[in-house]
Amino acid sequence: MSEEVLQQASPGLIPGSGTARAAKPTRLPPSFVSWLQAGPMMLVFLAFFLIPLVFVVIVSFWDYNEYHLLPAFSGRGYTDTFEGCIAQLPDLCTIGKTYLKTLKLCFMVWAITLFIGFWVAYFLAFHVRSKTWQMGLSLLCTIPFWTSNVIRMIAWIPLLGRNGLVNSGLVKTGLINHPLEWLLFSEFSVVLALVHLFTFFMVVPIFNSMIRIDKSLIEAAYDAGATGFQTLVNVIIPLAKPGIVIGSIFVITIVMGDFITIGVMGGQQIAAAGKIIETRVNALQFPAAAANAVILLIITFLIITMMSRIVDIKKEL
Amino acid sequence: MSKTTGTKGVSRRTLLRGTAGLAGLAAGSGAITGFPYVKSADAKVLRYLGTAVNEGDDISKQCLKDTGIKIEYITATTDDVTKRVMTQPNSFDVLDTEYFSLKKIVPSGNILALDARKIKEFDNITPVFTKGETPGGKKIGGQGTAPWKVLYLEGKDSKKFATSATEFVTLIPTVYNADTLGIRPDLIKRPISSWSELLNPEFKGKASILNIPSIGIMDAAMVVEATGKYKYADKGNMTKEEIDLTMKVMTEAKKAGQFRAFWKDFNESVNLMASGETVIQSMWSPAVTKVRSMGIACTFQPLKEGYRSWASGFCVSKGVSGAKLDWAYEFVNWFLSGYAGAYLNRQGYYSAVLSTAKANMEPYEWAYWMEGKAAEKDIKAPDGSLLEKAGAVRDGGSYEDRMGGVACWNAVMDENDYMVRKWNEFIAA
Repeated sequence: MSEEVLQQASPGLIPGSGTARAAKPTRLPPSFVSWLQAGPMMLVFLAFFLIPLVFVVIVSFWDYNEYHLLPAFSGRGYTDTFEGCIAQLPDLCTIGKTYLKTLKLCFMVWAITLFIGFWVAYFLAFHVRSKTWQMGLSLLCTIPFWTSNVIRMIAWIPLLGRNGLVNSGLVKTGLINHPLEWLLFSEFSVVLALVHLFTFFMVVPIFNSMIRIDKSLIEAAYDAGATGFQTLVNVIIPLAKPGIVIGSIFVITIVMGDFITIGVMGGQQIAAAGKIIETRVNALQFPAAAANAVILLIITFLIITMMSRIVDIKKEL
Repeated sequence: MSKTTGTKGVSRRTLLRGTAGLAGLAAGSGAITGFPYVKSADAKVLRYLGTAVNEGDDISKQCLKDTGIKIEYITATTDDVTKRVMTQPNSFDVLDTEYFSLKKIVPSGNILALDARKIKEFDNITPVFTKGETPGGKKIGGQGTAPWKVLYLEGKDSKKFATSATEFVTLIPTVYNADTLGIRPDLIKRPISSWSELLNPEFKGKASILNIPSIGIMDAAMVVEATGKYKYADKGNMTKEEIDLTMKVMTEAKKAGQFRAFWKDFNESVNLMASGETVIQSMWSPAVTKVRSMGIACTFQPLKEGYRSWASGFCVSKGVSGAKLDWAYEFVNWFLSGYAGAYLNRQGYYSAVLSTAKANMEPYEWAYWMEGKAAEKDIKAPDGSLLEKAGAVRDGGSYEDRMGGVACWNAVMDENDYMVRKWNEFIAA
C-alpha cells in the first residue's frame, strides 16, 4: 500500500514507474510504515517540545545565584513561590492571589468567547447558505490578526483612554460627567482585548463541528415537533461538543499563559501567572521561572484533563 | 492621536516591546540585526549587542566611513542584553550595556575587560565616571551602582572590582544621563518640586513609574525619602526590611489607584504622557522631548531631592581576540572621538568624552544642551527635525547642575532575589 501511495504521489520521480519498471515489490511491515508516517511529527515533537520540557523540569529543581545556574538539587524555586501560603492564612499568598486572578480572567474570557464564538459559528454554519460567503465571512474573523499585537493594543488607548473616543463621546452626549477611568488599564480592558483576540479560536473549531452535522438530523428534529430551542439543546450542542471543547482548550491555554496582553491592557498592574515567570526570567532567576512554568503547566493540564473528561475528543474526531 | 513611529535614533531601549521585545520574549531573545552576517576574511565586522540608545544608523554609517568597520546591531531590551551575555556569550563581539548590570555580568566571566592604555581619550573621560564628581568639582551622589564603584577590575581575568584605578576597565564609558519625573505642566497647573508628588493623591490614577523592578523601587525610595518617612543608607542596596517598607508604600498607592499604568518602553511612556493618561511619571529625557515635539507641554522636572542616574559603556565578549580585538579597540576609540558623542548630546544624553563632542557641535548647540543657556537658534535633532525653538532653555539647566544633582544610580541590589519576589507580590496586591 505504501508503495502505491508513493508511486501515486510522485509518478514522475521514479523513472519508468508503473510501466517499464518490473522490480519485485518489497513489502514493508505495516507497523513500520505507520511508525515512518508518524515519525517526522514525532521527532519534531520530541526535539522542540518534550526535550525542552524535560530541561525546564530539571532546571526548576536547580539552585541559582545572581549570575549562574547552580546544578545542585534545590527546591528553592518552589518553596520561594509558595512563600507565605501557610503563614499568611487566611489571606492568600502571592501565588494564590495571582492564580485566582488568572483563573478569574480566564473564566471570563472563556465564557464570553464561547458565547460569541458559538453564535458566530451557528450563524455561519446554518444561516449562511453559500460556501463562498461562509469562507468570506470566516476570513473576516481573522481581521484582528492582521496587525501586530502591539499596534492592536496601542490602538485601544485613543479609543478607551481618558480622552479617548468612547469617553469624549459619552461626555458629549451628557450620559456621564467625568471620563470613565475603568475603560482602560483595568480588568475590563484586559478581558475586552483578550475576547477581541481569541474569539476566532472558538469560532473555527465550533464552525467545523457544526458544518459536519447532518442536516437531516435537524429536519428529523423539526419533523418530530421539536422547537428551535429543543433542537439546539438536544441536537446541535451535543454534536458541536468536540468543537466547543477544542476551542475552549485553545482559549484557556492561551489565556492562562498570556502576560503580554494582560500586561499592556492592564497597565502592568494586574497579576498573571505568565507575568511572574517573565519577572523571574528578566531577573535571570531561571530556576524560579522554570518552577513557576511547571506549576502553570500542571494547573493548565488539570483544567484540560477535566474538560476532556466531559468529551472524549479522540472518539468524537 | 499618539504617534508611535519615527523615533529611530531618538530612543533609548526602544524597539523593545515593539518587535524585538515580542519576538524576543516569544522566541527566547531574538537577534534582530539589520544586515546579513557576511563571513569574509577581510571585512571588518563587529557584532554589536546593546539597547537602542547608542545605536543609530548614522553612527554605524559614519563609523564605516571613518574606520572601515562594519557594525551589525543586535538590539535588545536591557534585561535581554544581560540575558544574552549570560547565555550566549559567543553571539556578539562588542557589548554596550549599563553599569548596574556589571554586578551580574562580571562574575559570570563572559566579558573581557578592556585595557585603559589602549583607549586614546581615556584620560579625557569625564570625572563623573572616574572620580564621582562633575568637571566643575561638584560631588555626585553615589547610592546604587555608581559607575566609579565598578569601573575597574583588579586584574585582567579578575572578577573583583578594584577600589582604585587599574588599567583593566569593565566598561569604557559612552553615554549617561540624569533621569527625573516628567510632568504635564498644562494639566498640573502648579509648580512641582519634590519626588513626593509622584504619590500625591492629587494625581490619583494619573501617575506612572517604570516597570523595571530594580528601577521602579528606586523611584519609590526617592518618594519615601522625600516624604520624610525614612532615610535609606543606600537606596540602591536596600536591606530586606527597607524593601518591605518601600513595597508597602507602593502597595498602598497601588491599591488606592494612584498608578494609571507602568511603562517599560520609550514609546509607551510617550503615549501615556501625550494622551493625558498620566500627568506625572518617571521618564527619559528624549521621551520628554518627543512629547514636546508633538506640540504638547511636557517638562523634565528637576526636583530638590535630585536625579536618578544611569550610565553605559563598552566591553567585549570573552570570545574576542586577535584582529577582532584590535577592531574593537579601534571602534571604541572612534566612538569616543567626537561624532558619536555629539550625536548623543543632541538627543539630550551626555557623552563620556566632553571635549571631542564639543568639537563636533556648533557653539549654540553646546550652549543649549550643556551650558543651560537659552537657545540662540532653533535646536534640531540629529535627524534634522525641530526639537526646540530659539529662546528655549533645557529643563534642569546645565550639565553641572543636572549631573551635579544626581542622588543615586540604577542598581542591582544584594537582595535582588527577595526584591523580585516582593515585586510580584506588589503586582498581585
